Amino acid sequence: MRLLKLVPDNTNIGFVRLRNWAFGLTALLTVLAVGLVAARGLNLGVDFVGGLMIEAKFPERPSLDSVRATVDRLEVGEASLQQFGDPNTVSMRLPLPASTDEGATNAVVNKVKAALEKSNPGVTFSRYDTVSGKVSDELIRNGTLAVLIAMVAIALFSWFRYEWQFGVSTFVAIAHDLLMTLGFFALTRFEFDLNIVAAVLTIIGYSINDKIVIDDRIRENMRKYRQMDMRALIDLSVNETLPRTVMTSVTVLLALTALLIFGGHVLRGFTAAMMLGIIVGTYSSIYVSSSLLIALGLRPRVPGAADKSPRANAERVGPRPEGRP
Amino acid sequence: MLDFPRWKIWSILAIVAIGIVFAIPSLVPESILGRVVNVDKLPRINLGLDLSGGSHILLEADTADVARQRLTVMEDQVRDKMRTNSPRIAIGDISTAGGSLSFMVRDSTQLDAAVEAIRTLTAGVGVTGQRDWDVRVIDSTRVVMTPTQSGLTAAIDNAMQVATEVVRKRIDELGTREPTIIRQGNDRIVVQVPGLQNPEQLKALLGRTAKLEFKMVDQVGSSDLAALSANRAPVGSQVLPYPESPTGIKAIAVKRRAVITGDELVDATQGFDQQNNRPVVNIRFDSSGGRKFARITQENVGKPFAMVLDNSVLSAPNINEPILGGSAQISGNFTVETANELAIALRSGKLPVELKVIEERTVGPQLGADSIRAGVLASLIATVAVIVFMLVTYGRFGVYANLAVVINVLIILGVMAIFNATLTLPGIAGFVLTIGTAVDANVLINERIREEKRRNRSPMQAVELGYKEASRTIFEANTVHFISGLVMLLLGSGPVKGFAVVLLIGIFVSYFTAVFFTRMLAATYLRRRRPTELHI
Repeated sequence: MRLLKLVPDNTNIGFVRLRNWAFGLTALLTVLAVGLVAARGLNLGVDFVGGLMIEAKFPERPSLDSVRATVDRLEVGEASLQQFGDPNTVSMRLPLPASTDEGATNAVVNKVKAALEKSNPGVTFSRYDTVSGKVSDELIRNGTLAVLIAMVAIALFSWFRYEWQFGVSTFVAIAHDLLMTLGFFALTRFEFDLNIVAAVLTIIGYSINDKIVIDDRIRENMRKYRQMDMRALIDLSVNETLPRTVMTSVTVLLALTALLIFGGHVLRGFTAAMMLGIIVGTYSSIYVSSSLLIALGLRPRVPGAADKSPRANAERVGPRPEGRP
Repeated sequence: MLDFPRWKIWSILAIVAIGIVFAIPSLVPESILGRVVNVDKLPRINLGLDLSGGSHILLEADTADVARQRLTVMEDQVRDKMRTNSPRIAIGDISTAGGSLSFMVRDSTQLDAAVEAIRTLTAGVGVTGQRDWDVRVIDSTRVVMTPTQSGLTAAIDNAMQVATEVVRKRIDELGTREPTIIRQGNDRIVVQVPGLQNPEQLKALLGRTAKLEFKMVDQVGSSDLAALSANRAPVGSQVLPYPESPTGIKAIAVKRRAVITGDELVDATQGFDQQNNRPVVNIRFDSSGGRKFARITQENVGKPFAMVLDNSVLSAPNINEPILGGSAQISGNFTVETANELAIALRSGKLPVELKVIEERTVGPQLGADSIRAGVLASLIATVAVIVFMLVTYGRFGVYANLAVVINVLIILGVMAIFNATLTLPGIAGFVLTIGTAVDANVLINERIREEKRRNRSPMQAVELGYKEASRTIFEANTVHFISGLVMLLLGSGPVKGFAVVLLIGIFVSYFTAVFFTRMLAATYLRRRRPTELHI
């Protein structure tokens, strides 16, 4: 049986040579993402802005305008409607009633239910969430804090484990992935809720995983080829790990595609974010963090210095990149 | 590499077996499992509310209310103490402004005696020897009592403990299945009731303080309708809302002092009025409450008294005759349900502090079932896709990787069952991601073996170096995953936590399956077959 090889042996793609182009593209996309988030904002769910969310499943595809009209007539505040996953499901967001006792919220829920049952017989209500402003403020604070602390902790790890340049390049690359993901949510107007925070953290984790693999190889090669030019060394490392990068990304994307198609509407936003994150993360591992290492002036250690590991004298085998000293 | 000692093989196999054994109860449907063993005793994975359907309610206590109540109680105690002190100490100008209690001692020679008497009302808190009230004298006539922070904290803590118990009792009375009631942080209680479809009754019950008091009606104050509507009452009385008032004004004046409180109840049940057949709540007092009730009704025949619930008057009937048996009937505009709710609330005791619903999530059972089905289907398809892909890419080593991934999933389920962890929808997503990382570990190893093979290593050397070099990378990658998983677990709320739990367990399990389990399989293969060329 012939086995599948997604990437041919001994590739020698000049990633580093393209880095200025890539840098331009990265800068452009980052500016676009930041601009999108600033201009359009995120479609924050009730988890983060507080309020009332009712998810209704209609027997047939409802007209959003008529549903909106029905809810508006109740005068319970401005409703924001969104088709949710399958076309028959609509999620409605309403502000919390001004009165703080429990009765008031129940009254709103019941009013909306009754009105919709009257106008669309057969409608069922699968879910409703009420989050007060106090809780939503906490959730937003905890969410942001979780992301920031995870980023800093991972960058610190890379710094202590390797060199400071790895810490900086990793941090910048995560920030890049994060901005891209936020830009994606601003563009698509997918609801940004607590589940998405989990997705963002996973994207960070995954993207870091990718960077660690490449960084680890760069470090290994720095020990093996002490005299090699940094550019050639990074090209060699990226090329050597390319089969793994492609293989893993394809496999995970395969699994996520299954989740996107069959996983139900509740997970759709989550899965979409993850897929984008994996593509962006793979890109940034090669172009943002590795290229940044060159800009930050990473150099192989001086021979004979502290490094006394057995591999310092390791046998030097492997394809020698052509045309380089 | 090849000499895998026997004990190592057995311990690896034992871990795998234990994981799988513990995973089984969670995989077999309850209906089948129930025929063989008692399901409740098996360690199983709990389904989160988003999967099983149900209600999640977050309650927050009004801590300012605790402070207010303490102040009121202390005011009463001080009055009592001064009155019963011998010689009696005359005080006046009592004020509770600014959260402190202060009063004037009329005879300044009694000041020291007053302070001395008051000190007995305070108590020490904690280990620092600090007292729960700070007593000071200002202007040599005024005594000021300020609640200390530690005193207040202790009071809130105490109130929350009681409140959690009361909430638990009330929910148990509703007879729902396996509710979870956990105190969270300083002043919050999380209530999770699986399968509950209509949380309104529950919320109505939880939010109710159920402070029942019997107070005499101030007939003079209540007849002055102009003063009533302006919310003014004679000294010693107060105006309370009275929704069922027969007069036009929905308020009534009652004496401030409660003659009997709900604390003296021993039972409360829903019943019907024998005359008009309307729902009522029958209550029974304990012996001291019964005696008090008898005395008061004897002394006040012909006068009205008010039944006050949560500072709102339910009804204000006339006392037609002394009531001696220690039982009474609370009437009001009840339906059977509201009467029953009130009876439950009274039975379970009053909430020491007002609780507010600040977060509520309800998932219908249909959506939950849909989500499970979708999640399981997606996971199966994802697994099959990954298995096929690995197989066509790595051949024999792909089989090892697939075995590792499947066992990985089973062990994660087993570990979750042992810890009685809860599987939520984001948890399922975490599962899919774990499959991804487990695959990545195997990819790293296999790609490294391919690479070493290209460098013309012998099969044995290639496999050995492949595992050695890749293990280091896998370890570092997993450490980073662990860091972000830990941050999620510590800082995240609700769904983020559910995701982190699966991720963290998955990290350890996938490291184990990729690095130890497949290595054992590969070593066994190399030792037995001694292949001259690796097909990878």
